[in-house]
This record gives sequence, C-alpha cells and structure tokens, in this order.
Amino acid sequence: MLIIDCPYCGPRDQSEFSNGGEAHVKRPDGSAEIGDREWGEYVFIRANPKGIFYERWVHSHGCRKWFNCVRDTSTDEILKIYKIDEERPKLDSFKNNVKTPSGEPNLGSGNFTVKK
Amino acid sequence: MKKKYSIFSIAKNALKGHKDWPKMWRSPEPREFYDVIIIGGGGHGLGTAYYLAKEHGLKNIAVIEKGWLGGGNTGRNTTIIRSNYLWDDSAHLYEHSLKLWENLSTELNYNVMFSQRGVMNLAHNEHDIKEIKRRVSANNLNGIDSLWLSKEEIQKKVPIMNTDNLRYPVLGASYQPRGGTARHDAVAWGFAMRADEMGVDIIQNCEAHQIKTKNGKIEGVETSKGFIRANKVGVVASGHTGVLAETAGIRLPLQSKPLQALVSEPIKPIIDTVVMSSAVHAYVSQSDKGELVIGAGTDSYNSFTQRGGFNIIEETVRAMVELYPVFGKMKMLRQWGGIVDICPDASPIISKCDVEGLFFNCGWGTGGFKATPGSANVFAHTIAKNQAHQINSAFNLDRFASGKLVDEHGAAAVAH
Repeated sequence: MLIIDCPYCGPRDQSEFSNGGEAHVKRPDGSAEIGDREWGEYVFIRANPKGIFYERWVHSHGCRKWFNCVRDTSTDEILKIYKIDEERPKLDSFKNNVKTPSGEPNLGSGNFTVKK
Repeated sequence: MKKKYSIFSIAKNALKGHKDWPKMWRSPEPREFYDVIIIGGGGHGLGTAYYLAKEHGLKNIAVIEKGWLGGGNTGRNTTIIRSNYLWDDSAHLYEHSLKLWENLSTELNYNVMFSQRGVMNLAHNEHDIKEIKRRVSANNLNGIDSLWLSKEEIQKKVPIMNTDNLRYPVLGASYQPRGGTARHDAVAWGFAMRADEMGVDIIQNCEAHQIKTKNGKIEGVETSKGFIRANKVGVVASGHTGVLAETAGIRLPLQSKPLQALVSEPIKPIIDTVVMSSAVHAYVSQSDKGELVIGAGTDSYNSFTQRGGFNIIEETVRAMVELYPVFGKMKMLRQWGGIVDICPDASPIISKCDVEGLFFNCGWGTGGFKATPGSANVFAHTIAKNQAHQINSAFNLDRFASGKLVDEHGAAAVAH
C-alpha cells in the first residue's frame, strides 16, 4: 500500500485517496471537426506504460484537492508529487528501471518468473 | 509420440516409481521463421496454437513465453467458469467457451478437473435484485442455464452463509448450475502437450522485446533469443499486451492493474459451490485440496508489480468474515497478484488491427480464465482466416471509434 504525500496535507495512507488515471490528457481542439477514431482515442485510450507514469490523484477523504504524481508502475515507487498547475517534470529526469518493454525491475516487483 | 493417459498407464508408472513418464512437450530453440508466432504461453495462447494446428491445419507455429507455461495469470486466478453474461455478444462468446470446457478433458485426454458445481452471484440490495433478475432472463433467452434463487434456497445450498445479520443482507442470487471451476495449470499443460504433438514449438524463457512491422505489415518479433520472422503474430500477453502493442506503435484501450487472490489453509469440505458477490466484493470456492480460494479486487491505480495493495485484501477478508462468520478464525496460506488488462467496457478485444498480420487477444480484465478454450478457438479462427469468427466479431478494436461497446461491467463480477 502506498503512502502518498499530499501537497496540501502531507503524507497519508493511500486509502484516503482516489486515483484519477493518466495526467495531462488534453481534449482535442475542434471536436466538431475531428473524426470518430480520433475522438474515440481521446475518450478511451490512456497511457499504460510499464515504468514512468504521470497520473492524477485526489485526496477524497482529506482536503479533496486534485494533484499530479509521477510513479514507476514497475515498482510502485512514487518519484514526484506536484500541484495541478505546476509544470510536468521531464521524463529524462527519472531513471527507468525496466530495460525491455515487459521486463522486470531488479527490485520491487512481485514477479519472480524471470528473475535470474 | 502421442501420449495417452489412462488408469493403466498410471498403474504401470506407479510400479516403476513414476520415473519413466515421457516429457509432456519438447523445449526447442526458435527457428528463423514461423507462419504464426503467439506471444504469451498462458491458457489462451497455448489454446490458440492448439486450435490453429488442429482446426486450421497450420503446422509452423511457435508460442513464445517470457517465463514458464501458465506461470502468469493462468496460474494465478480463482478458476471460476460461468457464462451468465448479460449481452448477446458476450453470452455467445462465454457459452461457446463453456461448451468447449464440458468436453475439454476428453478432447485433450488430459484431466482439466472441470467441476460443474454451480456458480452463485449474490444480490445485496434492491438494485442488485433487479439487475440480476434481468441478467437471469437475458441468459434464459440465450439458452443459458440460469435461475433466480431466493434467500431460503441459498441457505439450503450454503448453510454456513450469514444472510441476515450483516450490513448488506443477502436477498437472493442468480445461479448457473453448469458453471464451476477447473484446474488452471492442467488447462495450460493439456493444451501445450497436444499442441506440441502437432508440431507447435513452445519456447519458454523467451521474452518478446519488440513487434517489428514494415510498411503496415508484420515482419516478426525481436526476442531475448534473437529475431524471429513471422507471417502472422498473435499477442495474448494479458497485462503486458499494451506495452507490447506500443512497440509496434499501436495504442490499445487497456489499463493494467493488479488483481489479487488468496488461499486459506486446507479444511474439510464445507462449501460445494462457487459463491460470488460483487456488491461486498468477495468470492469463494473450495479447491480439491480443501483450501478456500478467495478472489479479491483490483487496485485503483495502474501497476505491474504483481503484488497489489493490502487494503484490497482487508476489504475482501472483511466481507468474507461477515458473509461466513465460521471462517473468522481461519489462517490464510498465501496471497498473490496478477496483472490484468482492463478495457473501458469490461469486455475483451479479439481482433486484427491496422497492421497486416498482427492480431490481439486481450482486455480480458478480471475474468479471462473462464473463456480460455472459447477465446483460443475464435482467436485461432481470426488469425487463420484473417477475419473474425461470428462469435468474436463484436469484440473488435473498431468499437472504440464507433461507440458500439459491449458494456459488461454488471456481469464482470469484479468492479472496476
């Protein structure tokens, strides 16, 4: 279970928060003109990386404020938490623990099937 | 050599101390080229290879697997099999699968221990009652055995259940008598053995690194054992399907999350059916060894850690103890998490895509095990014929542009 450092309330148990999925998703401009496919991508498709992931959380059972978070989905390590109006941290400022797209990190995964 | 199992072969090998059983499949090195490569050696992938060889006459097939056969979600699930889905498209798909289950041990000459002990889905409130009764009616219209049980009928079947003295009382349930459980490992092993006999190369410890395409056509797969060319590639990698699709520049509407389950210490037979409750989120059956197999939920956030948060277990155990006070002092033996790929409409994708020769069978989310033979069967058809079988035609990728979703959140049992 995660300990999440709410930028307004400080570190709290994950059960106080709700996950809001991928952060920085932009609604496409000119929605009247774009095709079904592009619109469908905006509605249904979200990033799902094994590794560095930008996501949103809301402190539902606390201050009820939204904020952004960078988490490594291969280890669940929270790398950075920033307010909703702050700039998105650059991807290359984080270390990627996964060498191949579906590879396992050295530490932090419950999957022992491919560990040497 | 065709391996036949019978009471005589067991007796013969028992006398020899079980030392002479033949290997169930070869462990070949990959060839340079295959007609079809299946990425993912779980039940769905091995089944696909089996049906490709058996029903479509393809011989030059490989299944590549990152770890060992059935070591992913096939070996990590709660093995519940049912077909009581709401919409026609899903009902046909899961019923197709259930019919194949009913004959699978005979067909593979390998005991998958399919046990039709019935599956119950509990209703805890007014809305549940309406929703479940609607589903029972829809099932009956599709020729699927499904009936409504009153509280008294539930108590008769499962006397240990606390139906009244709890926060969300049990008000009734749907019941599918033909539903049940199967031995998950045996499904993977049975398919693997029979596919191997027909010449399918099953290559373990071979991780797919990149799906290579050229001018909108499939070229092959870059793996940890080198590049393998192929005419067609089928990706059946459950939680990792999304990241593999990404290597070919394809974005799929999938989110990967851990789904947890836990198993208790073995006890004497106490529950002889499968009881599921999506409202309080606990489902349970008893394995042949006597362990209670308990299904928990998914975490709310994306993760590939195959572990899951402790709060999910707490919630499930809380519901279990309320529903079955008699389990209050039991010890849990182990807990695990598998990564499931969840689609926005809680229905799978069994489809070709923009790249010629590239196929996906994914998005099974929290309930793919029950579909193993059916999914494999129609996916093999889709790969061999380059077009969907009638049964899986609704489960295409285009539905996320057309909006023709197959919304099965109600029947999916695990809320997400």
